Amino acid sequence: MNAMLLPTRKDEAWRYADLDALARVWPVAAPEQIIVASGQAETRYLIQSAADGAVAIHQLAITLEAGSRLDFHVLNAGGAYGRVSLDVTLKDGAHFELGGVILGTGEQVLEIVTTVTHAEPNATSNQVVRSVLGGHATGSYLGKVAVARDAQKTDASQSVKAMLLDRTATANAKPELEIYADDVKCAHGATVGELDKAALFYLASRGLPPAEAKQLLLQAFVAGVFEGAEAQEALTSAALVKLGAMV
Amino acid sequence: MLQINNLHAMVGGTEILKGLTLSLNPGEIHAIMGPNGAGKSTLSYVLGGRPGYDVTDGSVTFNGADLFDMPPHERAAAGLFLGFQYPVEIPGVSNVQFLREALNAQRKARGEEPLSGGEFLKLARAQADAMGMDMDMLKRPVNVGFSGGEKKRNEMVQMGILDPSLAILDETDSGLDIDALRVVGEGINRIMRKPDKAVLLITHYQRLLDYVKPDFVHVLADGRIVRSGGAELAHELEREGYRELAA
Repeated sequence: MNAMLLPTRKDEAWRYADLDALARVWPVAAPEQIIVASGQAETRYLIQSAADGAVAIHQLAITLEAGSRLDFHVLNAGGAYGRVSLDVTLKDGAHFELGGVILGTGEQVLEIVTTVTHAEPNATSNQVVRSVLGGHATGSYLGKVAVARDAQKTDASQSVKAMLLDRTATANAKPELEIYADDVKCAHGATVGELDKAALFYLASRGLPPAEAKQLLLQAFVAGVFEGAEAQEALTSAALVKLGAMV
Repeated sequence: MLQINNLHAMVGGTEILKGLTLSLNPGEIHAIMGPNGAGKSTLSYVLGGRPGYDVTDGSVTFNGADLFDMPPHERAAAGLFLGFQYPVEIPGVSNVQFLREALNAQRKARGEEPLSGGEFLKLARAQADAMGMDMDMLKRPVNVGFSGGEKKRNEMVQMGILDPSLAILDETDSGLDIDALRVVGEGINRIMRKPDKAVLLITHYQRLLDYVKPDFVHVLADGRIVRSGGAELAHELEREGYRELAA
Protein backbone atom coordinates (compact mmCIF):
# COMPACT_ATOMS: atom_id res chain seq x y z
CA MET A 1 0.00 0.00 0.00
CA ASN A 2 1.29 3.44 -0.84
CA ALA A 3 1.54 5.21 2.49
CA MET A 4 0.21 8.41 0.99
CA LEU A 5 -3.00 6.91 -0.33
CA LEU A 6 -6.02 7.04 1.93
CA PRO A 7 -6.92 3.50 3.00
CA THR A 8 -10.22 2.01 1.91
CA ARG A 9 -12.56 -0.54 3.50
CA LYS A 10 -10.84 -3.19 1.40
CA ASP A 11 -7.74 -2.75 3.54
CA GLU A 12 -8.39 -5.33 6.23
CA ALA A 13 -6.72 -3.24 8.95
CA TRP A 14 -9.02 -0.29 8.16
CA ARG A 15 -12.21 -2.26 7.72
CA TYR A 16 -14.06 -0.69 10.65
CA ALA A 17 -12.32 2.69 10.54
CA ASP A 18 -14.06 6.06 10.28
CA LEU A 19 -12.56 6.90 6.88
CA ASP A 20 -14.24 10.30 6.65
CA ALA A 21 -12.65 11.31 9.92
CA LEU A 22 -9.35 9.81 8.78
CA ALA A 23 -9.44 11.90 5.60
CA ARG A 24 -9.43 15.04 7.74
CA VAL A 25 -5.97 14.23 9.12
CA TRP A 26 -4.50 12.26 6.20
CA PRO A 27 -1.65 11.73 5.56
CA VAL A 28 -0.71 10.78 9.10
CA ALA A 29 2.81 10.80 10.48
CA ALA A 30 4.99 7.74 10.03
CA PRO A 31 4.76 5.25 12.90
CA GLU A 32 6.76 6.01 16.00
CA GLN A 33 9.61 3.51 16.33
CA ILE A 34 10.27 1.74 19.61
CA ILE A 35 13.14 -0.69 19.96
CA VAL A 36 13.68 -2.55 23.19
CA ALA A 37 17.27 -3.72 23.37
CA SER A 38 18.22 -7.29 23.99
CA GLY A 39 17.52 -8.41 27.55
CA GLN A 40 15.83 -5.14 28.53
CA ALA A 41 12.34 -4.70 29.96
CA GLU A 42 10.31 -1.58 29.28
CA THR A 43 6.84 -0.33 30.04
CA ARG A 44 4.86 2.15 27.99
CA TYR A 45 1.38 3.55 28.22
CA LEU A 46 -0.94 5.66 26.18
CA ILE A 47 -4.04 7.53 27.29
CA GLN A 48 -5.97 8.53 24.21
CA SER A 49 -8.37 11.14 25.54
CA ALA A 50 -8.61 13.55 22.60
CA ALA A 51 -11.25 16.28 22.68
CA ASP A 52 -14.79 15.63 21.44
CA GLY A 53 -14.86 15.49 17.66
CA ALA A 54 -11.09 15.19 17.29
CA VAL A 55 -9.28 12.53 15.30
CA ALA A 56 -6.41 10.78 17.04
CA ILE A 57 -4.21 8.30 15.19
CA HIS A 58 -1.39 6.64 17.11
CA GLN A 59 0.81 4.25 15.13
CA LEU A 60 3.72 2.47 16.70
CA ALA A 61 6.26 0.09 15.20
CA ILE A 62 7.86 -1.91 17.97
CA THR A 63 10.81 -4.27 17.81
CA LEU A 64 11.62 -6.44 20.78
CA GLU A 65 15.17 -7.76 20.55
CA ALA A 66 16.10 -11.19 21.90
CA GLY A 67 15.07 -11.76 25.51
CA SER A 68 13.50 -8.33 25.90
CA ARG A 69 10.05 -7.46 27.20
CA LEU A 70 7.55 -4.68 26.68
CA ASP A 71 4.41 -4.08 28.70
CA PHE A 72 2.11 -1.73 26.82
CA HIS A 73 -1.10 -0.36 28.32
CA VAL A 74 -3.54 1.76 26.41
CA LEU A 75 -6.80 3.51 27.14
CA ASN A 76 -8.58 4.45 23.93
CA ALA A 77 -11.43 6.72 24.94
CA GLY A 78 -11.35 10.17 23.32
CA GLY A 79 -12.26 11.90 20.09
CA ALA A 80 -14.66 11.12 17.26
CA TYR A 81 -12.21 8.64 15.81
CA GLY A 82 -9.40 7.15 17.87
CA ARG A 83 -7.07 4.54 16.48
CA VAL A 84 -4.13 2.89 18.15
CA SER A 85 -2.17 0.56 15.93
CA LEU A 86 0.80 -1.48 17.04
CA ASP A 87 3.07 -3.37 14.72
CA VAL A 88 5.20 -5.58 16.93
CA THR A 89 8.11 -7.80 15.93
CA LEU A 90 9.39 -10.31 18.46
CA LYS A 91 12.88 -11.77 18.35
CA ASP A 92 14.07 -14.92 20.14
CA GLY A 93 12.51 -15.29 23.60
CA ALA A 94 11.02 -11.79 23.71
CA HIS A 95 7.69 -11.06 25.40
CA PHE A 96 5.01 -8.56 24.48
CA GLU A 97 2.17 -7.77 26.84
CA LEU A 98 -0.76 -5.59 25.78
CA GLY A 99 -3.50 -4.38 28.11
CA GLY A 100 -6.05 -2.32 26.21
CA VAL A 101 -9.32 -0.69 27.18
CA ILE A 102 -11.74 0.92 24.74
CA LEU A 103 -14.48 3.12 26.19
CA GLY A 104 -16.82 4.57 23.59
CA THR A 105 -20.08 6.45 23.62
CA GLY A 106 -22.12 8.69 21.34
CA GLU A 107 -20.91 8.27 17.76
CA GLN A 108 -17.31 7.46 18.61
CA VAL A 109 -15.30 5.03 16.50
CA LEU A 110 -12.40 3.61 18.50
CA GLU A 111 -10.04 0.84 17.56
CA ILE A 112 -6.99 -1.05 18.62
CA VAL A 113 -5.25 -2.77 15.74
CA THR A 114 -2.27 -5.01 16.33
CA THR A 115 0.05 -7.12 14.25
CA VAL A 116 2.31 -9.22 16.42
CA THR A 117 4.94 -11.06 14.46
CA HIS A 118 6.77 -13.86 16.19
CA ALA A 119 9.79 -13.72 13.91
CA GLU A 120 12.04 -16.04 15.91
CA PRO A 121 11.57 -19.01 18.27
CA ASN A 122 10.56 -18.90 21.94
CA ALA A 123 8.82 -15.54 21.91
CA THR A 124 5.59 -15.03 23.83
CA SER A 125 2.81 -12.49 23.59
CA ASN A 126 -0.34 -11.83 25.57
CA GLN A 127 -3.01 -9.37 24.54
CA VAL A 128 -6.00 -8.46 26.70
CA VAL A 129 -8.55 -5.96 25.43
CA ARG A 130 -11.77 -4.92 27.15
CA SER A 131 -14.32 -2.61 25.53
CA VAL A 132 -17.35 -0.87 26.95
CA LEU A 133 -19.58 0.68 24.31
CA GLY A 134 -22.73 2.74 24.60
CA GLY A 135 -24.90 4.88 22.32
CA HIS A 136 -23.97 4.38 18.67
CA ALA A 137 -20.28 3.88 19.35
CA THR A 138 -18.17 1.34 17.50
CA GLY A 139 -15.26 -0.35 19.23
CA SER A 140 -12.97 -2.68 17.33
CA TYR A 141 -10.05 -4.91 18.07
CA LEU A 142 -8.25 -6.34 15.08
CA GLY A 143 -5.40 -8.50 16.21
CA LYS A 144 -3.19 -10.45 13.88
CA VAL A 145 -0.62 -12.88 15.20
CA ALA A 146 1.89 -14.03 12.61
CA VAL A 147 4.25 -16.86 13.41
CA ALA A 148 7.26 -17.17 11.10
CA ARG A 149 8.37 -20.51 9.67
CA ASP A 150 11.06 -21.21 12.24
CA ALA A 151 9.46 -19.52 15.22
CA GLN A 152 8.97 -22.73 17.20
CA LYS A 153 7.79 -22.62 20.82
CA THR A 154 5.80 -19.49 20.13
CA ASP A 155 3.16 -18.89 22.78
CA ALA A 156 0.63 -16.22 21.82
CA SER A 157 -2.72 -15.45 23.38
CA GLN A 158 -5.46 -12.94 22.76
CA SER A 159 -8.44 -12.28 25.01
CA VAL A 160 -11.06 -9.84 23.80
CA LYS A 161 -14.26 -9.02 25.65
CA ALA A 162 -16.77 -6.31 24.92
CA MET A 163 -19.70 -5.05 26.96
CA LEU A 164 -22.53 -3.28 25.19
CA LEU A 165 -24.52 -0.77 27.23
CA ASP A 166 -27.00 -0.21 24.42
CA ARG A 167 -28.16 -2.44 21.60
CA THR A 168 -27.25 0.38 19.20
CA ALA A 169 -23.54 0.11 19.96
CA THR A 170 -21.22 -2.11 17.94
CA ALA A 171 -18.28 -4.25 18.99
CA ASN A 172 -15.95 -5.87 16.45
CA ALA A 173 -13.44 -8.44 17.59
CA LYS A 174 -11.23 -10.06 15.05
CA PRO A 175 -8.36 -12.18 16.26
CA GLU A 176 -6.43 -13.57 13.31
CA LEU A 177 -3.70 -16.18 13.17
CA GLU A 178 -1.14 -16.79 10.46
CA ILE A 179 1.09 -19.65 11.46
CA TYR A 180 4.01 -21.11 9.53
CA ALA A 181 5.63 -23.06 12.38
CA ASP A 182 4.34 -26.35 13.78
CA ASP A 183 5.31 -26.27 17.46
CA VAL A 184 3.33 -23.26 18.65
CA LYS A 185 0.57 -22.38 21.09
CA CYS A 186 -1.86 -19.71 19.97
CA ALA A 187 -4.99 -19.13 22.02
CA HIS A 188 -7.69 -16.60 21.44
CA GLY A 189 -11.11 -15.85 22.84
CA ALA A 190 -13.66 -13.19 22.09
CA THR A 191 -16.99 -12.43 23.74
CA VAL A 192 -19.59 -9.70 23.49
CA GLY A 193 -22.07 -9.30 26.32
CA GLU A 194 -24.30 -7.04 28.32
CA LEU A 195 -24.35 -6.12 32.01
CA ASP A 196 -25.56 -8.96 34.20
CA LYS A 197 -29.13 -8.08 35.21
CA ALA A 198 -29.09 -10.37 38.22
CA ALA A 199 -25.96 -8.64 39.50
CA LEU A 200 -27.52 -5.20 38.93
CA PHE A 201 -30.58 -6.17 40.95
CA TYR A 202 -28.42 -7.63 43.71
CA LEU A 203 -26.46 -4.38 43.97
CA ALA A 204 -29.67 -2.30 43.86
CA SER A 205 -31.21 -4.41 46.63
CA ARG A 206 -28.29 -3.35 48.84
CA GLY A 207 -28.95 0.32 48.17
CA LEU A 208 -26.82 1.21 45.16
CA PRO A 209 -28.56 3.54 42.68
CA PRO A 210 -28.56 2.22 39.07
CA ALA A 211 -25.74 4.43 37.76
CA GLU A 212 -23.46 3.53 40.66
CA ALA A 213 -24.26 -0.16 40.31
CA LYS A 214 -23.46 -0.08 36.59
CA GLN A 215 -20.26 1.82 37.16
CA LEU A 216 -19.14 -0.69 39.78
CA LEU A 217 -19.70 -3.61 37.41
CA LEU A 218 -17.98 -1.86 34.50
CA GLN A 219 -15.07 -0.89 36.70
CA ALA A 220 -14.68 -4.56 37.60
CA PHE A 221 -14.88 -5.49 33.93
CA VAL A 222 -11.96 -3.28 32.90
CA ALA A 223 -9.99 -3.10 36.17
CA GLY A 224 -7.77 -6.13 35.68
CA VAL A 225 -6.38 -4.80 32.42
CA PHE A 226 -4.36 -2.03 34.05
CA GLU A 227 -3.20 -4.05 37.02
CA GLY A 228 0.54 -3.72 37.42
CA ALA A 229 0.78 -1.05 34.72
CA GLU A 230 3.44 1.62 35.01
CA ALA A 231 0.75 4.27 35.13
CA GLN A 232 -1.99 2.16 36.71
CA GLU A 233 -3.43 5.08 38.64
CA ALA A 234 -3.49 7.51 35.74
CA LEU A 235 -4.97 4.90 33.38
CA THR A 236 -7.55 3.73 35.91
CA SER A 237 -8.67 7.18 36.95
CA ALA A 238 -8.98 8.32 33.32
CA ALA A 239 -11.07 5.20 32.65
CA LEU A 240 -13.27 5.89 35.67
CA VAL A 241 -13.91 9.47 34.55
CA LYS A 242 -15.04 8.22 31.16
CA LEU A 243 -17.13 5.37 32.61
CA GLY A 244 -18.80 7.81 35.00
CA ALA A 245 -19.89 9.88 32.00
CA MET A 246 -21.17 6.81 30.17
CA VAL A 247 -23.57 5.23 32.69
CA MET B 1 -44.53 -1.65 59.43
CA LEU B 2 -45.43 -3.69 56.33
CA GLN B 3 -48.98 -4.04 55.06
CA ILE B 4 -49.58 -6.33 52.11
CA ASN B 5 -53.12 -6.07 50.86
CA ASN B 6 -54.71 -8.33 48.22
CA LEU B 7 -51.42 -8.59 46.31
CA HIS B 8 -51.59 -10.05 42.82
CA ALA B 9 -48.41 -10.49 40.77
CA MET B 10 -47.41 -12.06 37.48
CA VAL B 11 -44.16 -13.51 36.24
CA GLY B 12 -43.74 -14.14 32.53
CA GLY B 13 -47.48 -13.85 31.90
CA THR B 14 -48.48 -16.29 34.66
CA GLU B 15 -50.26 -15.12 37.78
CA ILE B 16 -48.32 -16.40 40.79
CA LEU B 17 -49.62 -14.29 43.68
CA LYS B 18 -53.41 -14.31 43.79
CA GLY B 19 -54.61 -12.01 46.53
CA LEU B 20 -52.05 -12.21 49.31
CA THR B 21 -52.79 -10.25 52.47
CA LEU B 22 -50.37 -9.99 55.38
CA SER B 23 -49.41 -7.47 58.03
CA LEU B 24 -46.14 -7.18 59.98
CA ASN B 25 -45.72 -5.00 63.05
CA PRO B 26 -42.45 -3.87 64.61
CA GLY B 27 -40.96 -6.49 66.94
CA GLU B 28 -42.52 -9.41 65.05
CA ILE B 29 -40.99 -12.32 63.21
CA HIS B 30 -43.27 -13.96 60.68
CA ALA B 31 -42.53 -17.20 58.91
CA ILE B 32 -44.07 -18.01 55.56
CA MET B 33 -44.02 -21.67 54.72
CA GLY B 34 -45.36 -23.45 51.74
CA PRO B 35 -44.80 -26.08 49.12
CA ASN B 36 -42.64 -25.53 46.06
CA GLY B 37 -44.36 -23.34 43.52
CA ALA B 38 -46.63 -21.65 46.05
CA GLY B 39 -45.17 -18.24 45.27
CA LYS B 40 -42.71 -17.84 48.16
CA SER B 41 -39.76 -16.56 46.12
CA THR B 42 -42.07 -14.47 43.94
CA LEU B 43 -43.30 -12.70 47.06
CA SER B 44 -39.74 -11.86 48.12
CA TYR B 45 -38.79 -10.59 44.64
CA VAL B 46 -41.96 -8.51 44.33
CA LEU B 47 -41.23 -6.90 47.69
CA GLY B 48 -37.60 -6.32 46.67
CA GLY B 49 -38.61 -4.87 43.30
CA ARG B 50 -36.94 -7.27 40.91
CA PRO B 51 -37.58 -6.40 37.24
CA GLY B 52 -39.86 -8.89 35.50
CA TYR B 53 -42.21 -9.31 38.46
CA ASP B 54 -45.35 -7.35 37.66
CA VAL B 55 -47.84 -6.30 40.29
CA THR B 56 -51.30 -6.43 38.75
CA ASP B 57 -53.46 -5.64 41.77
CA GLY B 58 -53.35 -4.85 45.47
CA SER B 59 -50.98 -2.68 47.48
CA VAL B 60 -48.00 -2.82 49.80
CA THR B 61 -47.16 -0.05 52.23
CA PHE B 62 -43.88 0.10 54.11
CA ASN B 63 -43.89 2.46 57.08
CA GLY B 64 -46.85 4.21 55.52
CA ALA B 65 -45.25 4.74 52.09
CA ASP B 66 -46.29 2.97 48.89
CA LEU B 67 -43.56 0.38 48.38
CA PHE B 68 -44.15 0.20 44.63
CA ASP B 69 -43.40 3.91 44.25
CA MET B 70 -39.80 3.18 45.18
CA PRO B 71 -37.15 1.58 42.95
CA PRO B 72 -35.16 -1.23 44.63
CA HIS B 73 -32.32 0.96 45.91
CA GLU B 74 -34.76 3.36 47.57
CA ARG B 75 -36.48 0.45 49.29
CA ALA B 76 -33.09 -0.53 50.70
CA ALA B 77 -32.44 3.03 51.89
CA ALA B 78 -35.89 3.03 53.52
CA GLY B 79 -34.78 0.03 55.59
CA LEU B 80 -35.77 -3.04 53.60
CA PHE B 81 -33.27 -5.88 53.23
CA LEU B 82 -33.76 -8.81 50.87
CA GLY B 83 -31.85 -11.97 51.71
CA PHE B 84 -31.38 -13.99 48.53
CA GLN B 85 -31.99 -17.70 48.18
CA TYR B 86 -29.20 -17.72 45.61
CA PRO B 87 -26.83 -14.82 46.35
CA VAL B 88 -25.30 -13.51 43.13
CA GLU B 89 -21.59 -13.87 42.33
CA ILE B 90 -19.98 -10.65 41.10
CA PRO B 91 -16.43 -11.18 39.79
CA GLY B 92 -14.04 -8.27 40.22
CA VAL B 93 -16.10 -6.38 42.80
CA SER B 94 -14.84 -6.77 46.34
CA ASN B 95 -17.36 -7.27 49.13
CA VAL B 96 -16.01 -4.44 51.23
CA GLN B 97 -15.92 -1.95 48.37
CA PHE B 98 -19.46 -2.81 47.30
CA LEU B 99 -20.85 -2.77 50.84
CA ARG B 100 -19.21 0.51 51.71
CA GLU B 101 -20.61 2.13 48.57
CA ALA B 102 -24.02 0.58 49.24
CA LEU B 103 -24.10 1.67 52.87
CA ASN B 104 -22.97 5.20 52.03
CA ALA B 105 -25.52 5.43 49.21
CA GLN B 106 -28.20 4.48 51.74
CA ARG B 107 -26.87 6.99 54.28
CA LYS B 108 -26.79 9.72 51.64
CA ALA B 109 -30.40 8.97 50.67
CA ARG B 110 -31.36 9.32 54.34
CA GLY B 111 -29.42 12.58 54.69
CA GLU B 112 -26.70 11.04 56.88
CA GLU B 113 -22.95 11.57 56.68
CA PRO B 114 -20.97 8.86 54.84
CA LEU B 115 -18.76 6.52 56.87
CA SER B 116 -15.01 6.90 56.36
CA GLY B 117 -12.95 3.94 55.19
CA GLY B 118 -11.73 3.32 58.74
CA GLU B 119 -15.18 3.55 60.32
CA PHE B 120 -16.60 1.23 57.71
CA LEU B 121 -13.86 -1.39 58.13
CA LYS B 122 -14.40 -1.41 61.87
CA LEU B 123 -18.11 -2.05 61.36
CA ALA B 124 -17.47 -4.69 58.70
CA ARG B 125 -14.92 -6.47 60.87
CA ALA B 126 -17.31 -6.62 63.83
CA GLN B 127 -20.09 -8.05 61.67
CA ALA B 128 -17.80 -10.56 59.96
CA ASP B 129 -16.46 -11.69 63.37
CA ALA B 130 -19.99 -12.14 64.67
CA MET B 131 -20.78 -14.46 61.75
CA GLY B 132 -17.49 -16.36 62.05
CA MET B 133 -16.37 -15.05 58.66
CA ASP B 134 -12.76 -14.31 57.92
CA MET B 135 -12.03 -10.67 57.07
CA ASP B 136 -9.96 -11.86 54.07
CA MET B 137 -13.10 -13.41 52.68
CA LEU B 138 -14.88 -10.09 52.94
CA LYS B 139 -12.19 -8.54 50.77
CA ARG B 140 -12.69 -11.12 48.02
CA PRO B 141 -15.05 -10.59 45.09
CA VAL B 142 -18.72 -10.81 46.08
CA ASN B 143 -19.67 -14.47 46.61
CA VAL B 144 -17.18 -15.69 43.98
CA GLY B 145 -16.00 -19.17 44.91
CA PHE B 146 -18.02 -19.15 48.13
CA SER B 147 -19.75 -22.37 49.20
CA GLY B 148 -23.53 -22.32 49.65
CA GLY B 149 -23.09 -21.88 53.40
CA GLU B 150 -20.53 -19.10 52.99
CA LYS B 151 -22.87 -17.21 50.68
CA LYS B 152 -25.63 -17.32 53.29
CA ARG B 153 -23.23 -16.19 56.00
CA ASN B 154 -22.20 -13.36 53.73
CA GLU B 155 -25.86 -12.37 53.38
CA MET B 156 -26.04 -12.14 57.17
CA VAL B 157 -22.82 -10.09 57.34
CA GLN B 158 -24.33 -7.70 54.79
CA MET B 159 -27.54 -7.53 56.80
CA GLY B 160 -25.54 -6.74 59.93
CA ILE B 161 -23.64 -3.95 58.19
CA LEU B 162 -26.69 -2.41 56.51
CA ASP B 163 -28.80 -2.76 59.69
CA PRO B 164 -32.28 -2.78 58.08
CA SER B 165 -35.58 -2.37 59.92
CA LEU B 166 -37.29 -5.05 57.83
CA ALA B 167 -35.62 -8.21 56.55
CA ILE B 168 -37.23 -10.45 53.97
CA LEU B 169 -35.21 -13.64 53.99
CA ASP B 170 -35.86 -16.02 51.13
CA GLU B 171 -34.92 -19.59 52.03
CA THR B 172 -31.91 -18.41 53.96
CA ASP B 173 -31.68 -21.93 55.39
CA SER B 174 -31.34 -23.73 52.07
CA GLY B 175 -27.93 -25.27 51.45
CA LEU B 176 -26.84 -24.97 55.08
CA ASP B 177 -25.43 -27.76 57.21
CA ILE B 178 -26.54 -27.95 60.83
CA ASP B 179 -23.67 -25.81 62.20
CA ALA B 180 -24.13 -23.10 59.60
CA LEU B 181 -27.86 -23.17 60.25
CA ARG B 182 -27.26 -22.39 63.91
CA VAL B 183 -24.82 -19.56 63.10
CA VAL B 184 -27.20 -18.02 60.58
CA GLY B 185 -30.17 -18.42 62.96
CA GLU B 186 -28.24 -16.70 65.75
CA GLY B 187 -27.27 -13.96 63.30
CA ILE B 188 -30.90 -13.28 62.44
CA ASN B 189 -31.78 -13.09 66.15
CA ARG B 190 -28.84 -10.84 66.99
CA ILE B 191 -29.40 -8.38 64.15
CA MET B 192 -33.17 -8.38 63.81
CA ARG B 193 -34.80 -9.52 67.07
CA LYS B 194 -35.47 -5.98 68.27
CA PRO B 195 -38.62 -4.07 69.22
CA ASP B 196 -38.33 -1.72 66.23
CA LYS B 197 -37.56 -4.35 63.60
CA ALA B 198 -39.46 -7.06 61.78
CA VAL B 199 -38.59 -10.18 59.79
CA LEU B 200 -40.40 -12.09 57.09
CA LEU B 201 -38.79 -15.50 57.01
CA ILE B 202 -39.60 -17.48 53.90
CA THR B 203 -38.79 -21.12 54.27
CA HIS B 204 -39.71 -24.55 53.05
CA TYR B 205 -38.61 -26.41 56.17
CA GLN B 206 -39.27 -26.04 59.85
CA ARG B 207 -35.63 -26.52 60.90
CA LEU B 208 -34.56 -22.84 60.80
CA LEU B 209 -37.49 -22.08 63.09
CA ASP B 210 -35.78 -24.15 65.81
CA TYR B 211 -33.27 -21.30 65.99
CA VAL B 212 -35.41 -18.31 65.05
CA LYS B 213 -38.71 -18.56 66.90
CA PRO B 214 -41.45 -16.99 64.81
CA ASP B 215 -44.29 -15.09 66.43
CA PHE B 216 -46.54 -16.01 63.53
CA VAL B 217 -46.50 -18.75 60.92
CA HIS B 218 -48.41 -18.53 57.65
CA VAL B 219 -49.02 -21.16 55.05
CA LEU B 220 -48.73 -19.96 51.46
CA ALA B 221 -50.36 -22.12 48.84
CA ASP B 222 -51.27 -21.24 45.28
CA GLY B 223 -50.49 -17.55 45.74
CA ARG B 224 -52.51 -16.93 48.90
CA ILE B 225 -52.14 -17.25 52.65
CA VAL B 226 -54.38 -20.19 53.42
CA ARG B 227 -53.69 -20.52 57.12
CA SER B 228 -52.07 -18.52 59.91
CA GLY B 229 -51.13 -19.44 63.44
CA GLY B 230 -48.40 -19.35 66.05
CA ALA B 231 -45.07 -21.16 66.16
CA GLU B 232 -46.87 -24.47 66.78
CA LEU B 233 -48.26 -24.36 63.21
CA ALA B 234 -44.77 -24.99 61.86
CA HIS B 235 -44.52 -28.23 63.83
CA GLU B 236 -47.94 -29.25 62.67
CA LEU B 237 -46.84 -28.67 59.07
CA GLU B 238 -43.72 -30.72 59.59
CA ARG B 239 -45.84 -33.59 60.90
CA GLU B 240 -48.78 -33.43 58.56
CA GLY B 241 -47.26 -32.03 55.38
CA TYR B 242 -48.63 -29.15 53.35
CA ARG B 243 -51.30 -31.06 51.53
CA GLU B 244 -53.51 -31.58 54.56
CA LEU B 245 -53.25 -28.03 55.86
CA ALA B 246 -53.58 -26.24 52.59
CA ALA B 247 -56.70 -28.17 51.65
